[in-house]
Amino acid sequence: MGALDTKADAMEAWNRPPVITPEGEGELLELSMGPHHPSTHGVFRMDVTLDGERVLKLKPVFGYLHRNHEKIAEGAAYLASMPYTDRLDYFCSLTNNWAYALAVEKLVGQAVPERAEYIRVILAELTRVQNHASAIGFLIQEMGASGTPLMYAFREREKILDLFESLTGSRMMCNYMRFGGCRVDVSEAWLQATRKVVGELPKFVDEFEELLTGNEILMARTQGVGVLKPDLAVNASITGPMLRASGVNYDIRKVDHYGIYDRFQFRVPLGDHGDIYDRYMVRVLEMRESIGILEQALKEVPGGPVMDPKAKIRGFRPKPGEAYGRIEAPKGELGFYLISRGGAEPYRYRVRPPSLINLTVLEDMCLGHNVADVVLIFGSVDIVLGEVDR
Amino acid sequence: MNSEDFLLGEGILKGLKETARNALGSFVSEERLTTVQYPEQRIPTAENARVFPFLVYDGSDWQAGLRCVACQICEKECPPKCIYIEKSKDKKPDHVGKMQIYPAKFDIDVSVCMSCQICVEVCPFEAIKMDTQFELATADRFGGLLLDREQLAKSNEYYHQIHPTEASEVDARLAAEKAAAEAKAKAAAAAAAAKAAAPAAPKPAAPAATAPPTEKIPASPTAEKEGDAR
Amino acid sequence: MEEIKAAIEAAVAGAGVTIVRNESPSGQHSLLIDPPHAVPVARFLKDGELKLDFLSNVTGVDWLDKEVAEKVKVTKQVAKEVDSPEGKRTQMIEETVEETRKHVEPGYLEAVYHLFSVEKKDGPVTIRMRTANRVDQVQLPSLTPIWRGAEFQEREVFDLYGIVFTGHPDLRRILMWDGFKDHPMRKDYVEPDDYEYEPTAHDHVATRAKQHQEKQEVGSRE
Repeated sequence: MGALDTKADAMEAWNRPPVITPEGEGELLELSMGPHHPSTHGVFRMDVTLDGERVLKLKPVFGYLHRNHEKIAEGAAYLASMPYTDRLDYFCSLTNNWAYALAVEKLVGQAVPERAEYIRVILAELTRVQNHASAIGFLIQEMGASGTPLMYAFREREKILDLFESLTGSRMMCNYMRFGGCRVDVSEAWLQATRKVVGELPKFVDEFEELLTGNEILMARTQGVGVLKPDLAVNASITGPMLRASGVNYDIRKVDHYGIYDRFQFRVPLGDHGDIYDRYMVRVLEMRESIGILEQALKEVPGGPVMDPKAKIRGFRPKPGEAYGRIEAPKGELGFYLISRGGAEPYRYRVRPPSLINLTVLEDMCLGHNVADVVLIFGSVDIVLGEVDR
Repeated sequence: MNSEDFLLGEGILKGLKETARNALGSFVSEERLTTVQYPEQRIPTAENARVFPFLVYDGSDWQAGLRCVACQICEKECPPKCIYIEKSKDKKPDHVGKMQIYPAKFDIDVSVCMSCQICVEVCPFEAIKMDTQFELATADRFGGLLLDREQLAKSNEYYHQIHPTEASEVDARLAAEKAAAEAKAKAAAAAAAAKAAAPAAPKPAAPAATAPPTEKIPASPTAEKEGDAR
Repeated sequence: MEEIKAAIEAAVAGAGVTIVRNESPSGQHSLLIDPPHAVPVARFLKDGELKLDFLSNVTGVDWLDKEVAEKVKVTKQVAKEVDSPEGKRTQMIEETVEETRKHVEPGYLEAVYHLFSVEKKDGPVTIRMRTANRVDQVQLPSLTPIWRGAEFQEREVFDLYGIVFTGHPDLRRILMWDGFKDHPMRKDYVEPDDYEYEPTAHDHVATRAKQHQEKQEVGSRE
């Protein structure tokens, strides 16, 4: 495409990754931590330049899972994109659904009945718990624990996925939210089963913490590694637990007041140092806060319809306009930007992927560390390739 | 990185106690042993589970009792466009007796289907529902997963087996629709008979002409099958 | 929105800022900023009173060329046959006729930025930049020096739409592989042929699949 200016002169000093000079003699090794890798959370490649074990340069390469979801959505009706949003962050399909439904509801000004809002919050917080548990599990597995904490996390995740299956029909690809509410109503039996599962979750988090939090190997490997300063985090558009672990108090549930989160008491855990240990602790504490929200929400689910009776389902053609709606997904800020020109399909459909944008600072965090730490830092970003590549 | 209490510290011992509790506890308590030895043991599927669609037929003859009327709404709404329908040239009566066209061809490419259930949601005739069978692996890459009309048609009894609550609700809805249609037809026939009875004197042929329409609508499903079984 | 526009115009001399209204109930209007002044405007938005320090989303939009047909009343000389004492002869007479004139309004590529404020916990401020056309003048200034978060997203807009961001530290393809030639998200992108087995083809996939199979038959016959 012609001669492109690739110098970073215009960037301010702290905005650009630092240049590390190699120590000692010998050649630099250029290694491709290639797409087929057990620790890269999917098909993801990192081209690292190494001086011995130290990382001098790191370029992430992805796009191996690019399915051009945005173009598919531009050729399909609004409702037909809903099952495709399940497949973005395939661990947390219900929050993806909610983000898309929220954006479309903003576009048309659609109200959501109260019972549906409660169900949405319950499902989103269940998703958050199982996502954080799996993320920590995968992180510890990459540290060498051969999957033991991961399997404990998956044991709880199975209970939550069974709940999803009995409600929505599918364990992971739920396709449950609709524009104006939820697809089917929850039964009292399901709410009872959920209360039982939520009752067992605090014990699980306690076990998890007992196994991990005080563990000296974990602390030695993660404290002080992969530090992300708060200024850089905000400037690089980092969101989610990574941002809060750096000390920035920005949780979209508290800032945007979407849904009915204002009715629940929950705190936002913040980290001090911005290293991997802080991100791990923020996720554990967020799990506890989510359990708190679940207990509060499950006590007071009101009656009523789960779908706005005035919502237009067949022949859904929003008037021309645009809207940007975002939620606090477990991985960060998941936003949908829709431009409508009055047709049955959106003219522009954009997913703002938190995982992709959180990878912007991967190079900054990894420079100077060893290759083994790169795997850990990457695991602490908590990405899903379905979302990075869409 | 501290190095004094690095090696075998308290945290690691606590963790080991935890793993021991889980490992040895799996011999004694149910909740610690969560592995299911598939395929010898299976977890019962949830009632709402959805895998791939199938077509429902009433009665015992799948061609005559097929509920689908080839309206092609599911074909249009399917996100990956995995349904292919061709309408028939003739008609056959449906469960309320109205003559409807039926699908001459109804193919679902199950390798493309993403089990989103939108076809089930939009079907106005309760004709397509979600199955729960997932063990469909085949060695034929190019047609083994293209299910045609015959492979997709499964009876209403099978539907009751896999989704009992849903099937009962659907049956109740269809029975209510049929009752409403019959009541409307009876009212229309009564009104027509009343209208014909009024000018009975100058037009003696009128009452005879209005009698046949009530008999064309059969009262029971078996009458439909005998009439136009193909 | 008007206050923001006024503040920008006061702070950055000569900045052309227009408000693009958004008719949907979301009420998220946007500001169209002209490319030469984009970087000082962005710096003002980030460091000035609004403290919009968080760039949430960078998108590209493709607006195709529009053919506009308008009916115009034109007065012109028309040759007409006129009776005269010498016989029929042609004469030029003025007449007013209605003509349909067509012209093509050039399309453009657009980059949309959604800005938030972490300090003030404020809602979205949307800014847009448009290129001159879709063919050769597709450069826009990069806002990565101001918001680092735009780095990967502008690379994606370059990859999928073709907007060249000048000043970007590392502008290369991010989702497609480096040797790829076209820009997939453009509205006139034609996918490569890959219709080996399409049992349930519909609409344009059906036509492409049929063409592909005919091509295969011709190729196998030769």
